[in-house]
Amino acid sequence: MESITPILEFNKTCVSYTKQTMAVKYVSAAIERNTITAIMGPSGCGKSTLLRAVNLMHNLYPNIRVDGEILLNGENILSMEPIDVRRRVGMVFQRPAPFPTMSIYDNVLSGYALNGIRLSKTDKDETVERCLKSVALWDEVKDVLNKKGTFLSGGQQQRLCIARALAMKPDVLLMDEPTSALDPIATAHIEELMQELQKDVTILIVTHNMGQAMRISSKSMFMYLGELVEYGNTDAMFSNPSDERTKAYLTGKMG
Amino acid sequence: MKIKNRLAKDRAMLWTVCLFATLTAVPLFAILGEVLLRGYEQFSWSFFTEPTPTAYKAMKAIEQGEPIPGGIANGIIGTMIMLSMAVVVAVPTGILCGAFLSENPKNRFAQVVSYLTDLLQGTPSVIIGIVTYIWVVVPMKGYSAIAGSVALFIMMLPLIIRSTEETLKILPQSLKEAGLALGGNRARVMLKVQIPAAFGGIFTGVLLAISRVIGETAPLMFTALGCSFIRFAIDKPISAVPLLILEFFNDPNLQELIWGASLFLLLFVLTLNLTAKYLAKKWNQ
Amino acid sequence: MNDKLYKVLLFVAALAMPIVCGGVVYALVTDAYEAFEHFGFFKFLTSSEWSYTEGAEQYGALPFITGTLMTTLLALIFCIPFSLPVALFVGEYFKGTKTASVLSTVTDLLAGIPSIIYGLWGFYTLRPLIMALNISPQGSGILTASLVLAIMIVPYAASLSAEFIKMVPNDLKEGAYSLGATHAEVIRNIVFPVAGSGIFSSYILAIGRALGETMTVTMLIGNTNNIPDSITSTGNSMASIIANQFGEASDLRFSSLIAIGLVLFFITAIINMIGKIMIKRARIS
Repeated sequence: MESITPILEFNKTCVSYTKQTMAVKYVSAAIERNTITAIMGPSGCGKSTLLRAVNLMHNLYPNIRVDGEILLNGENILSMEPIDVRRRVGMVFQRPAPFPTMSIYDNVLSGYALNGIRLSKTDKDETVERCLKSVALWDEVKDVLNKKGTFLSGGQQQRLCIARALAMKPDVLLMDEPTSALDPIATAHIEELMQELQKDVTILIVTHNMGQAMRISSKSMFMYLGELVEYGNTDAMFSNPSDERTKAYLTGKMG
Repeated sequence: MKIKNRLAKDRAMLWTVCLFATLTAVPLFAILGEVLLRGYEQFSWSFFTEPTPTAYKAMKAIEQGEPIPGGIANGIIGTMIMLSMAVVVAVPTGILCGAFLSENPKNRFAQVVSYLTDLLQGTPSVIIGIVTYIWVVVPMKGYSAIAGSVALFIMMLPLIIRSTEETLKILPQSLKEAGLALGGNRARVMLKVQIPAAFGGIFTGVLLAISRVIGETAPLMFTALGCSFIRFAIDKPISAVPLLILEFFNDPNLQELIWGASLFLLLFVLTLNLTAKYLAKKWNQ
Repeated sequence: MNDKLYKVLLFVAALAMPIVCGGVVYALVTDAYEAFEHFGFFKFLTSSEWSYTEGAEQYGALPFITGTLMTTLLALIFCIPFSLPVALFVGEYFKGTKTASVLSTVTDLLAGIPSIIYGLWGFYTLRPLIMALNISPQGSGILTASLVLAIMIVPYAASLSAEFIKMVPNDLKEGAYSLGATHAEVIRNIVFPVAGSGIFSSYILAIGRALGETMTVTMLIGNTNNIPDSITSTGNSMASIIANQFGEASDLRFSSLIAIGLVLFFITAIINMIGKIMIKRARIS
């Protein structure tokens, strides 16, 4: 047996945008270390909302309430300092958005710059090379590191954003439909990459692409109307869903 | 520890922003307060119906501890005459010119006109004043209400053109197409469909333009000149409220009158401003 | 009305712009010609002599160019620490809230106050304060004028900067937050760099306003015709010398004042053009 505490645990997590309605209702689940967990469900089911709760993105918007517990290594992040939590939980968004005023090199290091951490030149070079290599971008951009990140293709930009998140050495990486804005080749690239990355980081990915979930994840969650309907091994869920709603979604009768 | 530091900096930034942003409101209230406190006592029937007194009369009144006689009626009437003449010409010209710009956005000539509108809008008002002097005062061999209204017209024109153009541009294209599809020609569609639909925006623009020029002093100094009695002739020098303020602001005898005039001007301008803002909001919904 | 007539009508209205602008330039150039011919173009711009003794008339624009540059620059320096917080308050920290709209109404109203009232307020409130603080004995001067000028340009710089700060994509800000940045760090590293060119251009346009501001400066700068040797000394700006002496000037002095007007016209036109072009670019990117 490995460590008993799961790296991330939802405990009756609720998110509400207004007083009357809850977007995420009492979700409880434990995420294992170094796995890829896919969160699926029809649009509006609360999957992105749940994901964004993990790095306290909701704190940016005063109207949104998060209740219950979200435990990171056994600590409830809801009572922690957001900037501390966010450093340990990286996030990749739906649309690639490298910082347009920074070079590729500075984009990778942007987490450090933003956090006011000074690195030596050698540390910087090393980090940039390591992160860009781990997202398989190094060979493509090593000669143009001083160019703006926005010159890259969509798929390259998204990999740059992953590298940017990885540079902070997060424990958990959240990915909010990271390939929905990309073409199939770039998508395949990123999926391949995630398989590599799970050695170092636990990945939670929101996707509405069932094929993608099947290809990359070992665990899957199915959410519907804010509730966590089913959570288990991906293979088992796809071959034999235990809930009618999951079945309906997976066979294309819903969503 | 490091995190504590950064959070402290973050909070310090927020407080600094709030503090300095709030401080910006101080001059507004200081100016409003001072003008209100020193000006409201002047407000009376005669203040709005009588012309400015001579310095001698005012001095006598002050010596005897009486309120200054007379008012600023010459200024108010002069302002109204020049303003209405300017509005009558500037509004139709400005609206048609704005319509031209919104109908021909890609046309070379329209681009030149658009650029010139920006140019004129940015031109210092004192320059409008001296140019109008050269154009109107010199050939007419004298200062006049006409010259003053020409200067105000030039100041208003770019403002009305811009607001018309912008309002017409944000109208849905379907509106124009529907009008044309119903068989209206372009003139009818513009006059009967587009301009009425854009009326709110255009009207707001006109109100703002009026509020901008009503307090203008520099363009009137060398055109309308000023006049110490009530006058309706448009070919003679005429007074205006801002001109009175300029004329007497440094005159110890008439100073109090000036605060009253300022209060009048300020209330007028700010009411126009707030009305325009309110109407814009209402029509946008 | 048929389409042809309608098109002609719009075109004729649009012609008003080139006619007015052409007229402005033509009037300025023809009347400035005498001064430029008499003193030489560069000599006129670089001479600091301004004396109207008959027979030994000498006119040079340098003191007024210096005065204009000094007041504008100082006003800009005083304006930044207030306009930037207002822009952040309205465009970032309290974006879209009631508080923000209250503050933008306040700045809108500040922008609406006529310049003559700013001048009056500066004359009776700020000037005595400057004297009481022993900053300058006469109270008026470059500093006093710049302070009031700064208040006047805060609304322009702030509302335009706020517009660009609002336009910074949320994707980028969330991206920065997700890396663990505080609000202040997001502003410094993301919002400012991304909105930078827009913010910069809004200050260019604010400079354009300050350059040509006439009444406030005329009432507060002290109206002396020598090159100001410090920020507390008196002087004249290009606009204020015109406002001050145009009424009594004739012949060579008249032409010299028009020449100063022409120079001022071109400086503001160029600054405004640069600002507008930069704003267009910043809006596109």
